[in-house]
Formats: sequence, C-alpha cells, structure tokens
Amino acid sequence: MSKTDHSLSIADQHSGVLDGVQKGALTLASLGVLGLIVSLPFSTIPQPAIWLALSLSAIVAGTLWYAHHSYANKPAGIKNNGVWHSGLTTRGIAAWVVGILLTGLYILLYFYPEYLGQAAEGEQNKGLIALFDPLAQLLHGGPASQWFMYGTLYTVSILAMGYKFILKYRNNKYQIVRTISVMFFQLGFAFLLPELLARLSLPYNDFKNMWPLNYSFFDEWNVKGLIDAGGFGLFMLLFGVAMIFVISPILTYFYGKRWYCSWVCGCGGLAETAGDPFRQLSDKSTKAWKMERWIIHTVLVFAVVMTVALVYSYLGDSAKGFWVTRGMLLGIIGLALGSVATVVLVRPGMVKEVNNTIRFLALGLLVAIIGLTVHAYITGRGDVFFVESYPLRKWYGFFIGAIFSGVIGVGFYPLMGSRVWCRFGCPMAAILGMQQRFFSRFRITTNGGQCISCGNCSTYCEMGIDVRSYAQRGENIVRSSCVGCGICAAVCPRGVLKLESRSSAGGKVQDRVSSDPIAIGKTGATLR
Amino acid sequence: MPHIVIIGNGISGITAARHIRKRSDARITVISGESEHFFSRTALMYVYMGHMRHIDIKPYEDHFWAKNRIELKHAWVQQVDAEKKHVKLQDGKTVDYDKLIIATGSASNKFGWPGQDLPGVQGLYSLQDLEAMELNTKGITRAVIVGGGLIGVEMAEMLHSRNIPVTLLVRETIFWGGVLPNEEAGLIGRHIIENGIVLRMGTEMKEILPCANGRVCAVVTRTGEEIACQFVGLTAGVHPNIAWLKDSTAIKTDKGVLVNEFLETNMPDICAIGDCAQFHEHPDLQRKNIEQVWYTGRMMGETVAKTVTGERTAYRPGHWFNSAKFFDLEYQTYGWVRHELQPGEEGHYWEHTNGKVALHLVWDQKSRVLHGVNSIGLRLRHEVFDRWLEAKATVDHVVAHLEEAAFDPEFYEKMEPLIRMSFKQAKTVTA
Ligand SMILES: Cc1cc2nc3c(=O)[nH]c(=O)nc-3n(C[C@H](O)[C@H](O)[C@H](O)COP(=O)(O)OP(=O)(O)OC[C@H]3O[C@@H](n4cnc5c(N)ncnc54)[C@H](O)[C@@H]3O)c2cc1C
Ligand code: SF4
Ligand code: SF4
Repeated sequence: MSKTDHSLSIADQHSGVLDGVQKGALTLASLGVLGLIVSLPFSTIPQPAIWLALSLSAIVAGTLWYAHHSYANKPAGIKNNGVWHSGLTTRGIAAWVVGILLTGLYILLYFYPEYLGQAAEGEQNKGLIALFDPLAQLLHGGPASQWFMYGTLYTVSILAMGYKFILKYRNNKYQIVRTISVMFFQLGFAFLLPELLARLSLPYNDFKNMWPLNYSFFDEWNVKGLIDAGGFGLFMLLFGVAMIFVISPILTYFYGKRWYCSWVCGCGGLAETAGDPFRQLSDKSTKAWKMERWIIHTVLVFAVVMTVALVYSYLGDSAKGFWVTRGMLLGIIGLALGSVATVVLVRPGMVKEVNNTIRFLALGLLVAIIGLTVHAYITGRGDVFFVESYPLRKWYGFFIGAIFSGVIGVGFYPLMGSRVWCRFGCPMAAILGMQQRFFSRFRITTNGGQCISCGNCSTYCEMGIDVRSYAQRGENIVRSSCVGCGICAAVCPRGVLKLESRSSAGGKVQDRVSSDPIAIGKTGATLR
Repeated sequence: MPHIVIIGNGISGITAARHIRKRSDARITVISGESEHFFSRTALMYVYMGHMRHIDIKPYEDHFWAKNRIELKHAWVQQVDAEKKHVKLQDGKTVDYDKLIIATGSASNKFGWPGQDLPGVQGLYSLQDLEAMELNTKGITRAVIVGGGLIGVEMAEMLHSRNIPVTLLVRETIFWGGVLPNEEAGLIGRHIIENGIVLRMGTEMKEILPCANGRVCAVVTRTGEEIACQFVGLTAGVHPNIAWLKDSTAIKTDKGVLVNEFLETNMPDICAIGDCAQFHEHPDLQRKNIEQVWYTGRMMGETVAKTVTGERTAYRPGHWFNSAKFFDLEYQTYGWVRHELQPGEEGHYWEHTNGKVALHLVWDQKSRVLHGVNSIGLRLRHEVFDRWLEAKATVDHVVAHLEEAAFDPEFYEKMEPLIRMSFKQAKTVTA
C-alpha cells in the first residue's frame, strides 16, 4: 500500500528561479522599457501621448503583476529566499547588464542629453524626450526636458517598486507607513508641486530638497530668482534656510536622520524601493566603514567650501540685493561652524564619545575658519578660499552632483548596493549623521541576550552597518550613517532590534550608546 | 604565560576565548575540526535558503582572531591525556595545555532506525551536513522530516524555500509537545500547515526504504503507511558530542562530560561548557542537566573564562529565556511556562483574533507571582521581564504594566489593551 500525499504548497518563493508568471510579468515590463528605447532614433514621434502611456503602463503593470504574484498570495512575512542564488542580486551577469545600462543612461542624461532627444535652443525635442512633451505640456505647459523625463521615470520607479516593497514587507507596519511616505513626497513634492509652480510662473522649487543635497540652492540665479519672485519666492528662500538650520535639526533631534533619509528624501526613496533588491550588496567590513567616514566628510567639506566661496563671490560689501554682506556671511559661517567645532572639542560629556580623528578635524576646522575669516576680512579678496568659486562649483557639479550621486549612486545599484551615494557621498547625510550621532534621541536598542549572531541584520543593512557586532554584545546601535530604514529590525528572526526615539533615561549620548544591562545572570555577567 | 586550549569553536568555546582575552594575557588556542572560523550554527538554515552566504554567518571578520591573539587550529582532537596535559590530534601531533576547556557541542540523534544511514538520509547540525543537504536535495520531489522540534521546522522551511514539498512526521499529537502548551503548539501547527507543509502528528517512523540505486526511496510509518520521498531529514534531537572522548577514560562522562557548578570536570585544569557538558546537579534545579541552547553556551563560556583566569565562578544563568521562529512566527519566552500547568500554578492564554499573535502568562496561584511568559508574534523586552521575574512581580502588576515590556516596531497594533481586557474577563469568570 503506497500513498503519496500532495503538498498544499502554493509556494514558489523563488529560490533564484523565476516561474512562468514572473517571467511573463518581467517580459511585459521589459517591453515597456523597450517601447521607450525604440523612440530614440525618431525625430518626430507619431502620437507621443499614446506611445508614452503604453510604454509606462507596460512597465508599471509588469512590475505590479510581478510583485503581486511573488508576494500577495503567500503568507505575510519577509522572505529573502534565493537572494544569494540569483545573478541579478549577487553581481552576476544580469547585474552587470543592468548596471551598465543604468550607468549609460546617467551618462547620456548628464553629459549627452542630445542623444536622448533634448532639443537645442529654439528647436523641437526629438526621440525619447519628445515622448514626454505631451505630459510636460499638461503639467507645466511647456516642452519636456531631459530632467522632466528623468523625473517622470524616477517617480514611476518609486511608485511601482514602492508597491512591490509594501507587499514584500507587509507584515511590518513601520515599513508600510514609511514607504507610503516616500512615495507621497516623491510624487507630490519632488514631481507635481514644482511643475505646478512652474505653471503658475513661480520659481521651480522642491521644498524638501535641502542644501547641501541641493547644492545649487545658494547659486546666485536661484537666490536671485527667489528674491525677485516676490512674497512666495521669499517664503521659499526662508523656508529653505529654515529647513537647514531649524526644522531639520529639530526633527533629527527627535527622530534621527531617518525622518529625511528614509521617509522623505528622493535619493533615499529610490534606494528603498527600486534599490531594495540590492541592499545586501553593501560592504560591511570595518575597512569600508573607515573609507566611508573619510569620503563622506571630504565631500561635506567640499560642499561647504564651494558654497561659501560661491555666495561670497556674488555678495557685495553692501547689503544691496541680498541683505547679507560678505562680512556678515563670514561671521555667520564662522559662528556656526565654530560653535560646532567648539562643542565637539569641549563638551565634557561628549569627549569620551569623540575619537582623536574627529577632535583633530574639529580643531583644524576651527583654526581654518578663524584664519580665513580674518584673512578675507583684512585683504578684502573676492575669493575667500584662494580659489575661484565658479570652477569649484563646476567641479562639484561634475564630480559630486553628476558622477557620484547619479552615475555611481544609482548606476551601481546592482554592483555596490542601493545606498552608495547616501553612505559615501551625500553631504546632507553627513550633516544629519553628525546630528544623529551627537544630538539626537534616536537609537536602535537591542533586546537583552536574545541575539543568536545570525547576521541577517548586518546582511540586509543597506548602509553596511555591522548591526550584529552591536546586537550580540547587547549594545545599542548609534551610528551616524543609520538611515533608520528599520529593515534590520524587520528581518531579525529573534526580535532583537527596535528603532527608538523616545527619550532614554538620561537623554544623554552615553545612555544611548551604552547597553541596557544585559539580563543574563545574577552574577552580573555581561555579554561584551 | 599559561597556555589555555579550547576544543570547539562554537559559541561556547569562542565566548570563553574572547572573555579570557579580556581578562588575561594567557596564550589561547582554539582547536576545532568543523571549520576554520567561528560561525553561527543557528544561521545555517539561512545559507541554504539563500538569505546569506557562509561569510555572512561569521560573526567576526577573519582578522579579528589574530588581532586578539587567539590562535586557531583547524583540526580534530582525538584524545585528551590528562596526565601529560596534552591533547592528541588526528594527525598524531600533540598540543600541550595548562588549562583545557572542552566545548565540542552536540551531534544529531539517530535511534537505530533501519535505513538511517542510506544516502539521502541525514541530520542537520554541522556545515558538512549543510553541504550534504545541498547535494541530497538537488532535483528531488518530496522530502520527509522526522521529528517535530525546532530543527525539524527549520529544515521544513529550508526545503520549502526551494519548492520541495515536505511531510513533517511528529511523534507527539501536538507540535513541539513536551515543551509548548497545547494552545501555542496548536497555533504554530496551524501556521506550519498554512505554509504548505504536510504536518503528520502522532506519526512515528518505523524504517527507511532504499531504492534500487541504493538511495532512500520511502519512509514507512508505524502503521505501515509508505511515504515516497528522495530525502529524509532526521531531526529527533541532539546529544552531547563526546564519542571522541572514549579513549580519554580519565575524564568522567555520562551522556555528556560531567561537570560541577563551576563547570569543572573531575580532572584538574579541565573544564567543559556548552552543549557537551552535563551537570551532576544543575545549580538551577528548574533546568535540565544538559542545556543545548545558544544562550546557555554563551553564558557558560563567559563563566568559565573567569574560572580559568583565576576567579573561580559558579554558573548562575539567571532567569530562563529563549526564542525561536517558526516560518513567519516569532516566539519568545521568559521564565518558565511548562507544557502543562504545574501543581499550584494558574495560567492565562490570550490569542488575537487574527490567529497570529498570542501571549501566555503563568503564575503561582497563591502568591500570584509570575512564573513565566510565552509570546508569539509579539516582541517583549528581555530586560523588563528579567526585572519582573527577579522582583517576583505579580501577574497583576505585569498585566497592568505590559507597555513597559513592549518591543514591537513603531506603528504596530497595540496588543496590551486587548490582553488586559481578556485577562480581566477571564478573572471575573473564575471568581
Ligand atoms: C540548525 C540548528 C539551529 C539551532 N537554532 C537554535 C536557536 O535558534 N536557538 C538556540 O538557542 N539554539 C539553537 N541551536 C542550538 C545551538 O546552536 C547550540 O546549542 C550551540 O551552537 C552549541 O554551542 P557549542 O559551542 O556548545 O557547540 P558547537 O556549536 O556544536 O561547537 C562545537 C564545535 O566543536 C567541534 N568539535 C567537536 N568535536 C571535536 C573534536 N574532537 N575536535 C575538534 N573539534 C571538535 C565541532 O565540530 C564544533 O565546531 C540550533 C542548532 C542547530 C543545529
Ligand atoms: S542599522 Fe538598521 S535601520 Fe539603520 S540603516 Fe541599517 S538596516 Fe536600516
Ligand atoms: S538578525 Fe537579530 S538575532 Fe540575528 S544577528 Fe542580528 S540582532 Fe542578532
């Protein structure tokens, strides 16, 4: 008597292998992408609206179908099955192909938009960009540009992949809420609102895009434009400044940098949604951490120097036009940076926290600021840092704005993970990170002795933080790079991690950093 | 400088090594046969499932060991010569020690079933098992797993992740009976079935049948039923891995290496910790004499590090805690919730209407002091429950202050009011 029972298994929680439906869905999405690509050689596009609608619909429908089929009918719960078995998510051939295509797209976008169909002055758009003309007409009443096209595709990616993300992580409400937030900010604040402003002949402005991430905020044309636009423009200017100096520090104090990096920011939004399949590729080694600190702070210094030099160069010695004189600028900057440096140097409670490298940097900063201010004041030179500000601005735009944040930042998703820019390059992240490290309530607490050192948290931390190295010692995680995505806590199989921002006992950094007493024994043994 | 030798680079041996290094400058050598570097055994399943690579389940980067002057020797120990104070390796070489710590873990149980050594039949404990499983499950269409404990479910989940249909045979009539109360066992059982596993309770295996090609072909149950399969996972528990000590007769063993509360064996300068150690009498009488969990191995490692560095310290593991995950259900426990109420105990079980969240409290009927808590799908703060258990808090206090122990992520549904309501209603019913 032989009997075989039939499994109730509905599952094809793919182990790196796609089933028929998934293949179909991906084919549909690829056809959509192809639809966009074949427009490239056309100099006039027949029925661009329909063409674009069909292509985008195919991309979106394919993605949603794929997501739905892969996750919706399975029991809720995060399944990273087969992530390390699939070439696409482990730097296989597929990953290289996608990486090269993306990189290529960014290179065209930044340096050769004419190949995408971007019109020269006074001409008509062609090819891919012309495809977006009807949509641009509809939204802001003018022709499309390469940036309009890019913005549209960017938004579509966040929305479609956001849906996939929500389904995948639907057992976790924090993930759902956070993802709806990034989708909302991308669609509303980054995409629609600026277009509508343009339609109302107001300056184009993405309210949530702060300096220094938005490195052109203090460019002369932008500041002038805002001032000249009257009441609303002024509001934008003041709001932008308040964002940097008031709103953002307050929010970061209460919630950590996550309020921006994984709830609001567009770069973060793309990384969290479209970049999610690649989060495990971030490098967790201590070596990478060291490089991260050097590179990101170098970029920050570059950004600050560049901006100050730039603003200095267009300000005058009288307050005419900008209300601020060169002297005032130097005074403000000196005061701001000086006080940060001083706090780092002298605040006694914090000194233990701060290592010598940081102390040297702070000291260097202080000396440099004072020296330069005095020097510039005495000599009255137009180039405050002895360099011409415009070439500086150009290099920054080229290396940081285009190459780092675009070509590498997104193009390399499938090779280096989704947060390369956010981790190594973003000056905004550097500033928020310092605040998070030293002036914030946010931390990730660990649950006593429950960690089994499995490594899921570290593996899926997109910022390359070795979360396990803290968790297994029962130590809280207070790291400047943590964007508070909450994935480490979500994938932990033992319920060890919790993102917290309620005030800790003393509210001091030490209380956040040092562990809860580990509950393992009456002898007071610890797990360190 | 004394030379401390540790056999076994699992969590207990490695914790011992790390803490010895913190406390002293002694020369430390860790000898282990399974792998060059320490890895997290509890994470083996995730490698098979493709969540992580082997390198990801190593808790320390490879440069950690040299930096902390912990010498690693990748070799099997064959014998301990307690007279000459050296251990003999398989290649005949010897390593002298001043102090020896035995931390050789467990081995999978096999109960002499006919066919248990056929190709395609295996347990899951070591890296080598994982490699074997990779080969043994290539292209198969059904697997049978024998034993409904933690590792059995993990194996089921592993196979399931690769779309291999699984039948799980459980001897008891409920899942993980003997450990979990009926309510939790039922909830978890339902979840396992919902995930597509064929769960066969009250089913015992009689034998394993080979095919013509010599590999496993089917499993026969006690009732004579034959289940065709190409892979059999044996997960009916583990036992201390001390077979290699059979020629080292000076060291007293029973099921495991016998130790006192200081983790010392009968021989001077030899201690044993982790899964392979067996207490003559456990310092905490509530506990078993052999403890086979990650956390206890870690605590023993920390304790023994004190003893061998001159501060003789008794093993005092504090309040029991443990956790696990069954497919998507997380389980945590603090204190003692036995599979059935003990004399003089009272309990309250609450389950969410979604059938995925539950909390089970057990307390002393007279004093109302909390004995323990089981939670499913609800994360609880270890530190808070440890404090409550230590302070002998009453169940009423615990229920009234449950929020203090909440550890779920932000925005999660608050379970505490529901639990409180159910607790109150139950009380009025009995009163
Ligand atoms: C799949 C699986 C999942 C688990 N999940 C959990 C869980 O979720 N939670 C939990 O608490 N526990 C869990 N456990 C149990 C936990 O892993 C063990 O209790 C723990 O690993 C034991 O640690 P140890 O250091 O005592 O021994 P081990 O980790 O077994 O380490 C002993 C080492 O010594 C080596 N060795 C043995 N003999 C010799 C010799 N003669 N010469 C040289 N080297 C030798 C072995 O090869 C091994 O590498 C799980 C176990 C398994 C197998
Ligand atoms: S530590 Fe956790 S919350 Fe922070 S970035 Fe990494 S995964 Fe996200
Ligand atoms: S995922 Fe959880 S259990 Fe695993 S190492 Fe990280 S904190 Fe520890």
